[in-house]
Amino acid sequence: MESIRTPHIHTINRASLRESLEHGGCGECQASCQSACKTSCTVANQQCKRQERRSPETKRGAAV
Amino acid sequence: MVHTFEALGLKLALDVGSGALHQLDGIAYDALNPDPAERARLLSRYPTEEGAAIAAELDELRKSGALDAPDDYDASLLSEPGVVKAMCLHAAHDCNLSCRYCFAREGTYSDPSRSRMPVEVGKAALDWLIAKSGSRRALEADFFGGEPLLNLPAVMEIVAYGRKRERETGKRFSFTITTNALGLTDSAIRFINDEMDNCVLSLDGRREVHDRMRPDAGGRGSYDRALDGALRLVGGRGDKSYYARGTFTAFNLDFTNDALALADAGFAHVSVEPVVAFGDEPYALRPEHLPRILEEYDTLAAAYVQRRREGRPFSFFHFNVDLENGPCLRKRLTGCGAGNEYVAVTPEGKLYPCHQFVGREGWEIGDATTGAFDADAQRLFANNHVLNKPDCRACWAKYFCSGGCCANALAMNGRLDKPYELGCATQRKRLELALAIAAMDY
Ligand code: SF4
Ligand code: SF4
Ligand code: SF4
Repeated sequence: MESIRTPHIHTINRASLRESLEHGGCGECQASCQSACKTSCTVANQQCKRQERRSPETKRGAAV
Repeated sequence: MVHTFEALGLKLALDVGSGALHQLDGIAYDALNPDPAERARLLSRYPTEEGAAIAAELDELRKSGALDAPDDYDASLLSEPGVVKAMCLHAAHDCNLSCRYCFAREGTYSDPSRSRMPVEVGKAALDWLIAKSGSRRALEADFFGGEPLLNLPAVMEIVAYGRKRERETGKRFSFTITTNALGLTDSAIRFINDEMDNCVLSLDGRREVHDRMRPDAGGRGSYDRALDGALRLVGGRGDKSYYARGTFTAFNLDFTNDALALADAGFAHVSVEPVVAFGDEPYALRPEHLPRILEEYDTLAAAYVQRRREGRPFSFFHFNVDLENGPCLRKRLTGCGAGNEYVAVTPEGKLYPCHQFVGREGWEIGDATTGAFDADAQRLFANNHVLNKPDCRACWAKYFCSGGCCANALAMNGRLDKPYELGCATQRKRLELALAIAAMDY
């Protein structure tokens, strides 16, 4: 992903939440409490399985 | 909604609706101050042209959808409940340790018979999961307890059965296990490293911290035995996923030292979690501990970054945020899925919304051996998503946190839809730090 720099602001990641509505919801990713803690829910550190399946070249910067 | 914050020396703004993260300089940070009067005061210190330039930059971001994007998504996006795709199999309501903070009361879930899951119940549970999983291919079963290794022969048979059912149905089971590492014989390790996609090893960090809270039934500390087993397992694990997972309590609010102790002991993947305790136990976390806990997460994050700089990094579960390949919005709205897509199964086959509900009066929602499942309960949990909880709807962390732990909400506030404030405060703090760490990578 290209981050974008303007004089005062460095935009680190593209805005993509709304776009994820189009491809999302397949439910193939891990249930979040299962992974490490078993006592707290967080989805922040999870990866989308759909994107994992992409090749590394298309993964970065792909419009997903 | 825009959340501006400072963490690890960075000034950042998260645009909640779009998920965009911006790193700001001083004037941009001031220009996004949420309080209009304060904002005007701060901006008056800069030359007018600079104020105009920053306003233009912010307008560009707004136009591109990366600032002030609408964040109130429509709840009808969520699919109808009905599918279950993950389960926690309570292989044994028994344990070979007597951890003082065990939320399951020495692993028994108040079950005096200290029961173990018969193979037939485990098989029935997997069959039930397959039947409930609709078109989902990736299914999950975590062996939990108590201590699941106390029932290892049954666990092995249940996994073998799952593999057979995979071939018959085209489903794929991801098996995982959570263990205190005491029963890690060589054959147990071989089995876990072959079959388990993830393994959570319960170790608290420093020896004295571990031994204080994790004695065996005879009162002896378990650190040396657990560490030995866990390291042998990790040594043979290759690049398969695992976590050394500690618990912090009021007794070790300096838990950075425990995370580092785990890293120093040889674990590359570390997680340290707040204790689950809601009574007046001396080790319980209470609101007065909060400032200290938040400060400690700063300390931990600084140490984490420092270790990375020194070329000896470790991963900390809550600091891994993938800004590029993170979950889709639907996933972010539904969170842990307890009671909806995820259930816990007792040794007898009874279903509960999740492992923390097991044994709580009134929360049994079905039986894997008969196939009975309370669809109304499933709908109740499915509807308990971020957009239906007023506190969450107003919270900047909502699409990262996804609504918190409803087991904790129920225990603390008596209702599923009112999140536990101490949990929220720590969640938000960890997220700020995780976002700052992610920003450093660009
Ligand atoms: S795998 Fe990706 S698209 Fe599918 S539900 Fe999970 S996050 Fe969403
Ligand atoms: S931090 Fe608390 S209020 Fe915010 S989304 Fe999570 S559970 Fe809800
Ligand atoms: S309710 Fe809490 S403990 Fe249960 S699965 Fe969800 S986050 Fe985990």
